[in-house]
Amino acid sequence: MENIITIDEQMIPFKTGQTIMDAAMEAGVYIPHLCHNPEFEPHGSCRVCVVKVNGRMMSSCTTKATAGQKIENNTPELQENRRCLTQMLFVEGNHVCPGCEKSGNCQLQAVAYYTEMLSPRFQHFYPYRELDPTHPDVIIDFNRCILCELCVRASRDIDQKNIFAMSGRGIKAHLIINSPTGKLGDTDLNVNDKAVQVCPVGAIIKRKQGYMNPIGERFYDQAPIDEMGDIAEPHAGAKHHD
Amino acid sequence: MDVIELQAILAKEQHHPHYLLQMLRLVQEKENYISPQVMSFFAEKLNIPLTKVQGVVDFYSLLNTTPRDYHILFSNNIIEQLQGKEQLMKQLMSKLGVELGKVRADNRVCIDNTSCIGMSDQGISVLVNGLTITNLDEQRISEMVDLIEKKIPVSQWNAQWFEVKDNIQRKDQLLSTDFIAGSVLDKMKNNTADQIMEILKVAGIRGCGGAGFPLDSKWDFCRQTPADERFVVCDADEGEPGTFKDRILFQSYADLVFEGMTICAKIIGAKQGFLYLRGEYRYLLDSLEKILEKRRDQNLLGTAILGDSNFDFEIKIFMGAGAYICGAETALIESLHGNRGVPRRRLPYPVHQGYNKKPTVVNNVETFCLAVKALQMGGETFAKLGTEQSHGTKLLSISGDCKKPGIYEFQYGVSVREVLESCGADISNIQMVQNSGPAGNSLSPEDFDRKIAFEDVSTTGSIMIFNKDKDLLEVIQNFANFFVHESCGFCTPCRVGTSIIKNLVNKVRKGRGSNVDLKEMQDLSILIRNAAHCGLGMTATNHISDTLKKFPQIYKERLHNSESLHPTFDLDAALEDARQITHRQDAAAHLSA
Ligand SMILES: Cc1cc2nc3c(=O)[nH]c(=O)nc-3n(C[C@H](O)[C@H](O)[C@H](O)COP(=O)(O)O)c2cc1C
Ligand code: SF4
Ligand code: SF4
Repeated sequence: MENIITIDEQMIPFKTGQTIMDAAMEAGVYIPHLCHNPEFEPHGSCRVCVVKVNGRMMSSCTTKATAGQKIENNTPELQENRRCLTQMLFVEGNHVCPGCEKSGNCQLQAVAYYTEMLSPRFQHFYPYRELDPTHPDVIIDFNRCILCELCVRASRDIDQKNIFAMSGRGIKAHLIINSPTGKLGDTDLNVNDKAVQVCPVGAIIKRKQGYMNPIGERFYDQAPIDEMGDIAEPHAGAKHHD
Repeated sequence: MDVIELQAILAKEQHHPHYLLQMLRLVQEKENYISPQVMSFFAEKLNIPLTKVQGVVDFYSLLNTTPRDYHILFSNNIIEQLQGKEQLMKQLMSKLGVELGKVRADNRVCIDNTSCIGMSDQGISVLVNGLTITNLDEQRISEMVDLIEKKIPVSQWNAQWFEVKDNIQRKDQLLSTDFIAGSVLDKMKNNTADQIMEILKVAGIRGCGGAGFPLDSKWDFCRQTPADERFVVCDADEGEPGTFKDRILFQSYADLVFEGMTICAKIIGAKQGFLYLRGEYRYLLDSLEKILEKRRDQNLLGTAILGDSNFDFEIKIFMGAGAYICGAETALIESLHGNRGVPRRRLPYPVHQGYNKKPTVVNNVETFCLAVKALQMGGETFAKLGTEQSHGTKLLSISGDCKKPGIYEFQYGVSVREVLESCGADISNIQMVQNSGPAGNSLSPEDFDRKIAFEDVSTTGSIMIFNKDKDLLEVIQNFANFFVHESCGFCTPCRVGTSIIKNLVNKVRKGRGSNVDLKEMQDLSILIRNAAHCGLGMTATNHISDTLKKFPQIYKERLHNSESLHPTFDLDAALEDARQITHRQDAAAHLSA
């Protein structure tokens, strides 16, 4: 059989070894995702990219494409799932979009628009989380962290610094920082490190850039996320940005 | 802890980063907590990031980070809860003057809850500094207070308190086995791996850990995967609330388990095996080490087993440290690497890439025993036990409302009713039977004529019985809390969804729920099952969807207003503080109801 899968009736070729997400990205078919970034090992934790493969729910970033797979992606059922997962991420942390520097450049917000999220649906958890302003060039606001572990992967695999890691368990799972004080300012993080570029939300932000680009002219102000692609790394099928 | 002691622990665990959790557990055992200095020490010596050590310590619930002399954990399975565990715990807390989960100001004592410790048939049970005490009552609580205030070390407490009975109520083929260590290895001595596999294929054993996967296929996949090394792992995490069968197997049949692992090693060509023993079963460790030592003396372990120069095999006992998720095989393998117990992706399977990325067999404790039993009695004879699709026998851990809680061995095919009759349950008075723990299914009396077998009522063996006088929503709340506590936190639906479910159950219990909330619970149950990364999340809402379907009245009778949305927030209740402060209870100080 030929290396072809079908996503919502559209025939999509793939190379052996590619995941469904890889193949979709290459073909310019948008499957919503938050913890995935094609530069890194697939993670599969946000579950926003779950699709139906031959009737079975699977995360497209961790499932290998195999010839003949019939995949449902943009269906009301899956959009509803994704909206619900996005709502969960919103109520789990403290996301105050109107006051957030990342507003308009944030993938969580963009996926919320894409999935037509109109309310938080669930009661907010209002967790107590800190903001760490100790680094001269970078701020980390744990209130907005969605635990995608992209900074963990980037710092470990590319920067080779292991600055970020996961701790805790269950709803208490949280990001920690590798320094004697646990503060970012005491690490050797550099503003140009990969880990600083990959955060899909407003948790890791560079100082002095927040409002350089006015609201209304930001990345996802130009077009919805299914056209724009990821904020960190534009991929095939998405327009370029700088 | 001084550096010499820490060095000794490092040496005992071979300076190996995979044994980080083992080292931390040894420190915890010695000191009841793990200090920042200890964490830094291991990070430096093992050459791993400090955050790695911190992340591991913070993942496993039996490890602490602040000092205390006595660490007391009450098993908060629903069975103990319904027997009055809460009252006993409150007594102990008030006598000692401690708050739940907070260390007393003098760093003497801390009291907290923990998930089921595998003693549901032994009355109210606790772990004190990691050791099991059963059958707690007011008398024992008072004496305990005395011992603690007098600073008597736990090793000098009344030895009787630490007794854990076998409590076998019914034996069938497996438990009536008269087994001499090494006899089956000896019997199979001159058989090739293919010949042994032939017997096991005929026997048709299915895994007892939950999924019922055929043992022979698993072992075949593993041995047929090309590799220079393979591993055998015995999953003794036994974390499903209400099960305690593995405990009995280790107390009285440990040689069967080790023999099964060794046979597996012979077939797949493994040189190293791991017994992953849940941390809550620390009390078993010393006796198990002795049995392993004896097997080494008898040449049933070690090099050239029974004189076969091609057959070397060792077993290391690896202790867990309080994490239900580590029963899931890929989380278990992560834990064996000294990591946080976060499940891996579904593929590749452990039989292809498991421990050290090498082909690995992971089987339940009972499954290994059944393999030995089948080889002892012959494949055909074994296959005649049970039903056509479920061969052999099953150990059931029965607790709750019955006269004789304990272990019952039945052949597959037995009806739920027969099981309930044999343990002395008052069948006409039963409201619900929870099968396979909170992750399993909820049986109503209409299910009692169904059969225990993979093709009908499939079970991990946990059977908890609830009579009509029990508040089922209390049961549901306990289960929902369990999943919140045990979710590993990796994926969104399980990490966040289990908390939302817990809050909704709580809302309904408090009489503030409406039909909208029930619909939400139903929808979320499906979403979490569909979207979760691993088996924990996929089964974490079974108890919700099952009871909504089979016992809708337990929810409906608590609803506040059955049509529209009703807020969780109770404005009048929130004014209570203000009323207290102002000493007002007049009508104007209340919002009209
Ligand atoms: C959350 C979770 C907990 C589990 N706990 C256990 C356990 O305590 N013991 C066990 O044998 N299997 C447990 N399992 C099943 C294992 O993943 C695996 O299927 C089993 O150990 C395979 O052995 P078997 O083929 O002998 O059944 C668990 C699975 C999940 C998803
Ligand atoms: S800080 Fe950003 S990149 Fe790192 S885990 Fe949180 S959301 Fe992901
Ligand atoms: S389903 Fe739950 S336990 Fe499993 S990976 Fe997700 S969060 Fe962890």
